[in-house]
Amino acid sequence: MEDPLGVATVATASPVWEREELLNGCQAVAQGVRLADVDVIAAYPIRPYTEVMDALSKIIADGQLDAEYIIADSEHSQFEIVKHASSVGARAFGGSSGTGWMFGFEALVVAATDRLPTLFIVGNRALDDPGAFGVEHNDAMALRDMGWLLCWAATAQEALEHVLIGYRIAEDKRVLMPMALAMDGAFLTHSQHMLKVPAKEAVSRFLPAYDLGDRRLHPDNPVSIAPQVNEDWVMELRRQNWEAARRAKGVIAEAYEEFNTIFGERYPSPYFDEFMTDDAETVLLGLGAVCMPARTAVRRLREQGKKVGYINLRWFRPFPTQELRASLGRFKSVGVIDRNFAHGSPDCGGIVFQDVRSCLYPLAKRPAMVDFIGGLGGRDLSIADCIRMYDITAKAARDGAPEECVTWIGLRE
Amino acid sequence: MSPKLPVIDFEKIKKVHDAPLEEFYTSGHRTCQGCESALVMRDFAKASGPRTVATGATGCMYVANTSYLTTPWIIPWMHTQLGAGGSSAIGMAAGLRALMRKGKIKKEKINVINFSGDLGGGDMGLSGISGALQSDYDLLIIMYDNESAANTDIQATGLTTYGAQTTFTPPGSKHRIMHRRWKKNVAAMLAVGHPTCRYVATASATFPALDFMNKTRKALAIGGPTFIHTFDPCPKGWDFHPAYSRELGELGIKSGIFPLYEIIDGQVVYTYDARRKGRIPVRHYLEKQGRFAHLIDEDVDYIQKQVDVMWNEWEVPGVAPFKAGLQVAAR
Ligand SMILES: Cc1ncc(C[n+]2csc(CCOP(=O)(O)OP(=O)(O)O)c2C)c(N)n1
Ligand code: SF4
Ligand SMILES: [Mg+2]
Repeated sequence: MEDPLGVATVATASPVWEREELLNGCQAVAQGVRLADVDVIAAYPIRPYTEVMDALSKIIADGQLDAEYIIADSEHSQFEIVKHASSVGARAFGGSSGTGWMFGFEALVVAATDRLPTLFIVGNRALDDPGAFGVEHNDAMALRDMGWLLCWAATAQEALEHVLIGYRIAEDKRVLMPMALAMDGAFLTHSQHMLKVPAKEAVSRFLPAYDLGDRRLHPDNPVSIAPQVNEDWVMELRRQNWEAARRAKGVIAEAYEEFNTIFGERYPSPYFDEFMTDDAETVLLGLGAVCMPARTAVRRLREQGKKVGYINLRWFRPFPTQELRASLGRFKSVGVIDRNFAHGSPDCGGIVFQDVRSCLYPLAKRPAMVDFIGGLGGRDLSIADCIRMYDITAKAARDGAPEECVTWIGLRE
Repeated sequence: MSPKLPVIDFEKIKKVHDAPLEEFYTSGHRTCQGCESALVMRDFAKASGPRTVATGATGCMYVANTSYLTTPWIIPWMHTQLGAGGSSAIGMAAGLRALMRKGKIKKEKINVINFSGDLGGGDMGLSGISGALQSDYDLLIIMYDNESAANTDIQATGLTTYGAQTTFTPPGSKHRIMHRRWKKNVAAMLAVGHPTCRYVATASATFPALDFMNKTRKALAIGGPTFIHTFDPCPKGWDFHPAYSRELGELGIKSGIFPLYEIIDGQVVYTYDARRKGRIPVRHYLEKQGRFAHLIDEDVDYIQKQVDVMWNEWEVPGVAPFKAGLQVAAR
């Protein structure tokens, strides 16, 4: 960030990538944690995120990372350990999936209200009952109103890089919010990708040391943290969280710019990636690994001359209101793929749909909007499913959004 | 036969006048008059001194201590969630250890202390405290036991004395006694279940004088994870005049209903050996509290009987509820 020599020297000084390696999403995240030189890790088993912790324990056992590794008695304890390690100034890491994530939820809420910039991985998993290991986004989505940074990785490479990007944004003095990095269970956590692993030296240029400053709990800094406030101060504190989330927008932009500078043009835009949208009339928007079949569907439909594109939404909190408004306003129709559900919400749609539709409301010319609930509990979302979703969305471009604007995809009926 | 105890190298406070004058828990709180839990706070902070970090679980010792953004804490203190006492201590201890080992902060001994109430520590947070006591971190958990969820207006917990009236256990015309659980034996349970935890104790802030402060120092000096369970008369929850807090603590101990001991490296040391010194009838303790006003003789006899069993029949009297010596019961 402060490197006065900037871009030019970077490529020549030393290689920014240390090696190439075949890793799955979990192992990629573990490499990110190693490179971030995390001080405290708390683990608790639940599929599919567990393998992150498996990998980290081996990394520590082999002396590649110097960190405290604690096997907690529950997710609640796990998250509290992470939170309190962060409060004394240690860079801390945790994570979970599905029902484990919900078990520790109280601790997640206070990590945000205490403004402790820890990083958690969420290997998205359906909530019980009945049990299912597969992906569903409701676990991580439950954070959306809690003052967290929340983003989805779409590839293992992105997952690794967002551990570094995540800590940098979260720990920035203007932000100080915890960060949840979500990735689709199985489709990303356990699918292997050829990865470029960053070099330690390059990472240290990108990610400064964690410094909690005058809120660090230490005898040299005898502060009282979170005394009871009652009706007297809660409004102001909520507003401070809100301002931090607003400032995060600028910090996010800086972080990606710097990342691109050091590691090459990896991210054209922080918040979402656009695929073949230039002249598109109809786009689908989704989060996470569904981008793979969706992009393939776009290519196939393009071969048939259909003007379709795909938007892979990465950041859900803070929500890229202006950016999405500017982008989606260009299209005739937008279909949202929700790998989650918002029971009882307007039109009984998904969570992403509700936010995107609300985001576009102020536009004078709004695209027709439809929603798709699909891939719940780990059910596959295939290329054919995506093509069907494009067809329905394109029809809405011609006829306007139908009364029944939510379609369940791949449902046995 | 007196057991050979490990020598704990700690700075003992021998006389009341030798106690440090400096306060690390001071004005700024609004606990009730006669609140013994507040005294537990004051004493542990005095005994542990300024190189300490503390977390306090939700409860009276959070809400009444730091109301409206005030704070009585001179040492660094942070709130932790109701059931997060053990994990908060692990988190701080782990963070400090990592930072010291990696040369990010100065290497020194920093006391890591959590205090949790009987509901927070003894019920909800038991698993987290168990996790902490299995760890190899230097930390101390103090479970301050006022025998109710006091902060939420006095509800029964797993540590409330049998028969007590609370807002969840009011006597009625059909059911005289709504609280029928026998007090959970947390200190001994934790000692039995965590054989590498070197120090577990029960204590009262005021009886015997200085005992709790010295136990705090011992716990911090011996190393590893440690646990102290304090017995805190609560004028509001127990319904007695605040002037009698200290006396009630003493009566509770002398009646044998709250045994006072240390378990050091697996060896039990009675602080007040009710067998040798004689027990006063529990009635003398119960009758001074409004929360037992609805009990009839039969109930008091039942409580007395249970206390007698604790002291006369348990293999480790007042501590562990194993009976019949070391013989395994025949089938
Ligand atoms: C998870 C959770 N559940 C319930 C509460 C409400 N609550 C606040 S304080 C308290 C009582 C705590 O009792 P105890 O631990 O014995 O402490 P005391 O109030 O007696 O000091 C309760 C139930 C809470 N804060 N958090
Ligand atoms: S209710 Fe009891 S524990 Fe709470 S402040 Fe009053 S005396 Fe202390
Ligand atoms: Mg209590």
